[in-house]
Amino acid sequence: MSPVTVEAGSPRHRALRAAALAGAGLVAVGLPFNSNPVVNGELTLVLVYAVAALGLNLLVGYCGQISLGHGAFFAIGAYTAAVLIAKAHVPYLLTVPAAALVTFVLGFAFGVPALRLRGLYLALVTLALSVATPPLIKRFEGLTGGVQGMAVPQPAVPGWLPLDPDQYLYLLVLGVAAALFLLAANLTRGGLGRALVSIRDDERAATTMGVDRAGVKTRVFACSAAYAGAAGALFTFALGFVAPESFTPLLSFSFLAAIVIGGLGTVAGALLGALFIEFVPQYAGSVNQALTGMLYGATLIAVMYLLPGGAAGLLGRVRRRLVEVAEAPPPGGRPTGETAIEAGTVSPSQGGGLPAV
Amino acid sequence: MGRFLQVVVDGIADGSIYGALALALVLIFRSTGIVNFAQGEMAMFSTFIAWGLHDSGRPLWLALLGAFVLSFLGGMAVERVIIRPVEGGRPLTVVIVTLGLFIVVNAAAGWIWGFTNRGFPRIFPSGTVGLGGVAPSIESLGIIAVLLGVVGLLWLLFQRTKLGLAMRAAAQNPGSSRLVGIRVGRLLMLGWGLAALLGALAGVLVAPRLFLDVNLMGGVLIYAFAGAALGGFDSPLGAVVGSWIIGVTETLAGTYVSAIGADLKVLVPLAIIFVVLLVRPSGLFGVPEVTRA
Repeated sequence: MSPVTVEAGSPRHRALRAAALAGAGLVAVGLPFNSNPVVNGELTLVLVYAVAALGLNLLVGYCGQISLGHGAFFAIGAYTAAVLIAKAHVPYLLTVPAAALVTFVLGFAFGVPALRLRGLYLALVTLALSVATPPLIKRFEGLTGGVQGMAVPQPAVPGWLPLDPDQYLYLLVLGVAAALFLLAANLTRGGLGRALVSIRDDERAATTMGVDRAGVKTRVFACSAAYAGAAGALFTFALGFVAPESFTPLLSFSFLAAIVIGGLGTVAGALLGALFIEFVPQYAGSVNQALTGMLYGATLIAVMYLLPGGAAGLLGRVRRRLVEVAEAPPPGGRPTGETAIEAGTVSPSQGGGLPAV
Repeated sequence: MGRFLQVVVDGIADGSIYGALALALVLIFRSTGIVNFAQGEMAMFSTFIAWGLHDSGRPLWLALLGAFVLSFLGGMAVERVIIRPVEGGRPLTVVIVTLGLFIVVNAAAGWIWGFTNRGFPRIFPSGTVGLGGVAPSIESLGIIAVLLGVVGLLWLLFQRTKLGLAMRAAAQNPGSSRLVGIRVGRLLMLGWGLAALLGALAGVLVAPRLFLDVNLMGGVLIYAFAGAALGGFDSPLGAVVGSWIIGVTETLAGTYVSAIGADLKVLVPLAIIFVVLLVRPSGLFGVPEVTRA
């Protein structure tokens, strides 16, 4: 079955894209009404992880930097929201931007010195960040509730909505996540996205072309930290409880695994990867406690060898079998030689080129 | 004063354990330019092998020897099969592969031996030695002696043997080394095998002091990273000295600084990693990397 060809940017292309998005949106919104509270809770967590993975993808997939420490920003966002809700009674939706702001600033402060380091050293420094998180949380017991954690009241369903609490929670998180996904998509398609990709592909060339490498890298780190922080706030909504054991270095590894398996440098990859890290450990864990780890690790290695584009890359290949998006012709129409021949004003034998001597 | 010296000796002993693992990290970094995040888990796996061999009836020295040999072979196999395809690639690829290895080895150990913790037999006799007012344990002194012995052997290998010379050449300039007939691939395998051996040593030295379970080396790995970072990832001397400094600092801080209890001791090496990597990434003894900007 040969693919249908569609020109990039044409009305048909845009209609197809809108239809696909609308379809996905319908499925996403309809899901909670067809399943039980447990599954809804899991799906909510998938969305939370997807937001964090999205932020990390900006840094790793688009900008080519490594971070093993985003679990720390996630934790900071979660605890910021928890403290604001439980102790300061701030309205729920305000805590998400608040958490994002806190982690943006911290991410920026961390990024300025850290991003001078090369790949492996940056990985090490961010690893130190994620290892430091559980002890630091336990240290500031007065604020964080220490080892026992802190219970946080969850968003209550407004009286006028006929929804169950788990459905409401899911849809609330879906709304915020969708907005953040849209923001990320816009960021990556515009100038910043191109700057990012240029840095990832060849830093030297990018600087020659005038890209402010250090500034862009730091801003992207701060943005990705902000996404992790926002995801952390959503995590607090979803769970209603924060404790240090939720924020071990393994969480940072999971985020990295999510974007690698989902597909580096793609927005959809964050969602696919989040699905993996939420459901695979559960199902593998019910078979055998060790199976989770073996599947995780083996998949990570296998993806790096066999499928560098991740699950999103695989889906992209499938999509290309169905719909081929062709490059739009350059403005100004086709090269003059062709049209002149087509119009019959110049005969093919003359060719419109150099006269034969 | 006596107590202070005792704490220092304990710190150096701890530091020697970290130093063994740090040496493994440095060895791999020097030969392949890779930071192996899975080194600790490989060491843990080796320690389990030793435990398994001993538990099934063999005398301790034989179990240790068997574990060392198997670790050496295992390290060589890992380099050949898993790492070789991604050597020289993007740092991100290598980090992810070694992370994947970390997770797999951790899970594999749990699969084979289970997730409950168990004791590991003492290698050194218990008891203390009176040394002019200080009474360090035989174990601490033994660990320090073992590390010094290992460092001496490694020095002999690298500086006084043809094999060591070839390994240094292969690490410094693989291309030219191949041109003069050095089998670079074989030597890389050898390097990883040696590193796995060092890791196994670290594992069996630390196991009697802690419970043996799949998370045995998680903490040690961080300290080893700190030691290697402090000393310089490309300097074996730095790995040892750096780890000693880390060990002593951590023990002193844990004992004398009340704000840092046993729980927060891990913040000491982490803070050191931060400061070192941001101020002087090449560490105390390392050579700064010069790249054309």
